[in-house]
Amino acid sequence: MFSKLLIANRGEIACRIIKTAQSMGVRTVALYSDADKDARHVAMADESFYLGGSAPADSYLKGDAIIEIARKAGAQAIHPGYGFLSENADFARKCEAAGIAFVGPGSDAIDAMGSKSAAKAIMAAAKVPLVPGYHGDDQSDALLLSEANKIGFPLLIKAAYGGGGKGMRIVENAAELQGAIDSARREASSSFGNDKLLMERYLRQPRHVEVQVFADTLGNAIYLSDRDCSIQRRHQKVVEEAPAPGLSDALRARMGAAAVAAAKAIDYVGAGTVEFLLDTLATDDDGSNFYFMEMNTRLQVEHPVTEMVTGQDLVKWQLLVASGQPLPLSQDEVRIHGHSFEVRIYAEDPQNEFLPASGKLNFLREPEQSKFVRIDSGIRENDVISNFYDPMIAKLIVWDESRPRALQRLVHALESYQISGLKHNIEFLANIAEHPAFAAADFSTDFIERYGDALIGSASSEADMALALAALYQLCARKAEAQAAAVNSADPYSPWGLASGFRLNSANVHHVSLLDNDHQLQQLAVTEVAGYYQLTLHDRELLLAGELRQDMLLAEINGHKSKLPVSQVGDDFTLFLTSGSYHYRAIQTEIVEEQASHEDKLKAPMNGTVVTHLVQVGDRVSAGQGLLVMEAMKMEYTIEAPFDGVVTAFYYQSGELVGDGAKLLEIEALVPDAEDKGN
Amino acid sequence: MYRGRSTALYPSCFEKDKTVTQLGSRINARSDEFKAKYDGMASLVQDLKLKLAKIEQGGGPVALERHLSRGKLLPRQRVEKLLDPGSPFLELSQFAAFEVYDEEVPAAGIIAGIGRVSGVECMIIANDATVKGGTYYPLTVKKHLRAQDIASRCHLPCIYLVDSGGANLPRQDEVFPDRDHFGRIFYNQAQMSAKGIPQIAVVMGLCTAGGAYVPAMADESIIVKEQGTIFLAGPPLVKAATGEEVSAEELGGAEVHTKISGVADHLAQNDDHALELARRAVSRLNHQKEIRSLLSPSHPGQVKAPKYDINELYGIVGTDLKKPFDVKEVIARLVDDSDFDEFKANYGATLVCGFARVHGYPVGIVANNGILFSESAQKGAHFIELCCQRKIPLLFLQNITGFMVGKKYEHEGIAKHGAKMVTAVSCATVPKFTVIIGGSYGAGNYGMCGRAFEPTMMWMWPNARISVMGGEQAAGVLATVRRDGLARKGLDWPVEEEQAFKAPIVAQYDKEGHPYHASARLWDDGIIDPAQTRDVVGLALSAALNAPIEDTRFGVFRM
Repeated sequence: MFSKLLIANRGEIACRIIKTAQSMGVRTVALYSDADKDARHVAMADESFYLGGSAPADSYLKGDAIIEIARKAGAQAIHPGYGFLSENADFARKCEAAGIAFVGPGSDAIDAMGSKSAAKAIMAAAKVPLVPGYHGDDQSDALLLSEANKIGFPLLIKAAYGGGGKGMRIVENAAELQGAIDSARREASSSFGNDKLLMERYLRQPRHVEVQVFADTLGNAIYLSDRDCSIQRRHQKVVEEAPAPGLSDALRARMGAAAVAAAKAIDYVGAGTVEFLLDTLATDDDGSNFYFMEMNTRLQVEHPVTEMVTGQDLVKWQLLVASGQPLPLSQDEVRIHGHSFEVRIYAEDPQNEFLPASGKLNFLREPEQSKFVRIDSGIRENDVISNFYDPMIAKLIVWDESRPRALQRLVHALESYQISGLKHNIEFLANIAEHPAFAAADFSTDFIERYGDALIGSASSEADMALALAALYQLCARKAEAQAAAVNSADPYSPWGLASGFRLNSANVHHVSLLDNDHQLQQLAVTEVAGYYQLTLHDRELLLAGELRQDMLLAEINGHKSKLPVSQVGDDFTLFLTSGSYHYRAIQTEIVEEQASHEDKLKAPMNGTVVTHLVQVGDRVSAGQGLLVMEAMKMEYTIEAPFDGVVTAFYYQSGELVGDGAKLLEIEALVPDAEDKGN
Repeated sequence: MYRGRSTALYPSCFEKDKTVTQLGSRINARSDEFKAKYDGMASLVQDLKLKLAKIEQGGGPVALERHLSRGKLLPRQRVEKLLDPGSPFLELSQFAAFEVYDEEVPAAGIIAGIGRVSGVECMIIANDATVKGGTYYPLTVKKHLRAQDIASRCHLPCIYLVDSGGANLPRQDEVFPDRDHFGRIFYNQAQMSAKGIPQIAVVMGLCTAGGAYVPAMADESIIVKEQGTIFLAGPPLVKAATGEEVSAEELGGAEVHTKISGVADHLAQNDDHALELARRAVSRLNHQKEIRSLLSPSHPGQVKAPKYDINELYGIVGTDLKKPFDVKEVIARLVDDSDFDEFKANYGATLVCGFARVHGYPVGIVANNGILFSESAQKGAHFIELCCQRKIPLLFLQNITGFMVGKKYEHEGIAKHGAKMVTAVSCATVPKFTVIIGGSYGAGNYGMCGRAFEPTMMWMWPNARISVMGGEQAAGVLATVRRDGLARKGLDWPVEEEQAFKAPIVAQYDKEGHPYHASARLWDDGIIDPAQTRDVVGLALSAALNAPIEDTRFGVFRM
């Protein structure tokens, strides 16, 4: 075993690897960029080295520099984690050349799986099932028709050189085929200048099922359970579980064997994942209904679910294999026990096209960890989620004896996960976990697309309830503050200091002003009757009562009692409701309110980079006109003029980085009266 | 259970749940009598609230719309925003000018009341420009002066939210010349400023002629851009006088007064900003309320509410003044923990006197439990002396038809005994509060600190009546006089005619003694829902304790 391991990665996976290495008595070397100098993985490692700028190209992708550091630090092995250099054959080769063990497969295996078409050819040779299809050069109608009949229906016709859905046709039966070929050809030809088509079996509702494989340098290869990762959004896995639900033992064994065959076909070493599409609606003549998609030659993000059901530490296995030792278990010794889920907690805004969020994570309370709940995270409270890297906050992993019980654990853990400071997807994840179709394991890769609205949620009545709770919290806090102030005053029992909102011959009245979750100004008049606060929202009368217990609000709304944690940073508050978190800002006075909100619209809505100015200083602009384009996490965002005016200054040029809330430009408002006179 | 420093301070009262001085109650809330009385009072309170809701609409929808369209806040919104979040607002004379003039002048076109601003109890006086342009009717003047009077007695900083066209010209003879007319506002400002009671003006609209002196005489003044104007004579008058043509803004707008004339000190962008500046001004008053009374909660750390539900006052008191009730049942629902240490309980029992606390503040209560006799009057005088010596504020609960009449009582000198009580009440310099919870008739009104005896604040319950005597008594007296006159002429007076004679007198007394009639004319500081009495008294007590309690010097007591 090596005595020192360098981790060429960051975030949760770096922390994850360091943890295992340390438990094995292996010293760890971490690397960091400018953005990560105070990151958790750096704090955890025994030693750490500075790599360079925050952008990955300036740091975590600098393979030569990393090898140099490994050499300098005396690390005998480099663990690449996932992403960055983990599937870079060139880097693996350089490690081999430098005599440093690359914790992963050989460079040849990475190369073999790097090209999808080459990979499919290897898999076909190894008898790993592929989606039936035709990719040949002979494009005659007769051949296409006969191939189509071999593939079976429904069937997908695609332009070989196309993309974006152009030239793509789903053909339900043989009668439709000729017409579809003709129109797909026309479209392919006009769009891509080449009318070559390819055909594949169309999988109507496939599931994403993958198999964890492991191979050592001694020629042993086994598989360690399967995982279902069908819950995806734009090919990004969102929820993963092991084992994949509803599969027969025979099917599992066949998939496992196919995966091991795939690994053996490329002399694979270490941890790998063979991804399959599982057709839930049809089987082939030979009874198979799963098809090779691709092989990931690294440790997967979702490896913990496999660890939970097998009771194994896969990172430990990786290190053992990389140091030339045999696999700790034979295939017969692998036992699958219970069920595990993983969800990826991201800093993103599900209600705004999942726009990545970046900034400071002001408040973080994780569910308590136990043998049922595990959290893999590289983020601590007050850390900054930078826009240079994947905005994942943590992976929440749960385990229990059965799928329903594990699911219950998941729901409960998500409910007690508290994050504020930036937008996150916890409510979205909880909605998935609580969806009946998910509970029934009745899903395919289009799950999120199909149930999107229900998952993203936030109906207005829920928003009303959250707003009412925010108002309730403000009132309870106001009373508590008044009480605290009174105790220390010379007049401690004064009814003037009770914040009672007393009004003569009327119900007591309390005014609460806040910027709600959607940054809308809410000015609420709450009356107090017989110990209850009374608030009417959208014609619905709510009776509220509550008290504060440390940072918890014990609330009652129309008789329903609940207990919810609340976080406060300055005037910003977050309520952690079971349906998700709700952010608001308390407003003491509304001086020149309108102007203030306009000002806000000229500020950067998130950390990012200025792409371009759409107008110039001195230009007259009208309300709604685009002024400047920003980019954050590969999404563009246009700053629009909040009112008619003249641009007087730009504070950032294109290419410059801006922080969340930075004023980007200045507009001088046009006074309508002056305009009239001008005319 | 109770430890530390406080044990030494309050040795006796917390160590057991019930004290010997705690009042009991014999009320049965399920009895038909209770229910009937309750419903009667509830309907009076309901009527009060309905009328108030209309009053709070100010000058009506058209005027409100016009006011808002100018970007101004409504006067009640201004008050709300000026107050600390959650601050109580003890409004004065909500029914001022109610059905007094031919036209409606809701709340006499001015909102006045006590509220906390930046942690300081302040008197807030806000013109309502939606009501006849905020002009001063005679009762507007009276309400403004009364608010200043209370502020002066209680040492409450005054905040004037000015938005008024000045004196009501058609009624100039009732608002301008006399001692307690318009000029007195400025006299009071100067006097209070001299006493160290801060005067802050926020000019949020017109401030013309005499009105210009409100900001000019203030210690600190704020004016709202493009809204506030201050000038001795407006543009029309200037043109008439000198031929000069000038716009209101040029003549006396916010820019003029903050940049050129110096009549105002701070320029506000809008109403909200102005109110924030006013709050800031109060925060810099360096005001510290000094409580010289021995405060004590009835319970460790907090004030204990009465043991009995205050809403039961409705069913105890009812609406028929002829039906007696035990005033101790009322006291038990007003004072902390229903704890009442009665003085001379067995002597002159028709006047109940004793010590209690309301919201932690010590208070001496003087309450009627029947007609006043010589002993009760002497006991009252004695008790008032005690309170003055100990600097304990007094609370009078009035329900009095008067002093006992008859030969026996005149001979024992009930007049001089009553005079002792009236002397004591007149001279007492402790804060005095009067609540008329039933009848307030004749000399009883005097002994029980009626309006003439300068209570710091005074309120009526909706069931109360106030007049020199009851309507039937007055009709009876007048009928007797007339019958005697007719008899001297040897004329007969048929019963029906006597009835016809008496009926309008009874009606007139009933109308004029009604709280709406009384409160409209500022014979009190407001009509209050009995269920709010404890809070009203607590707020008033607390406000009054901003001023030091002076030593009392009594006049000659006739022995």
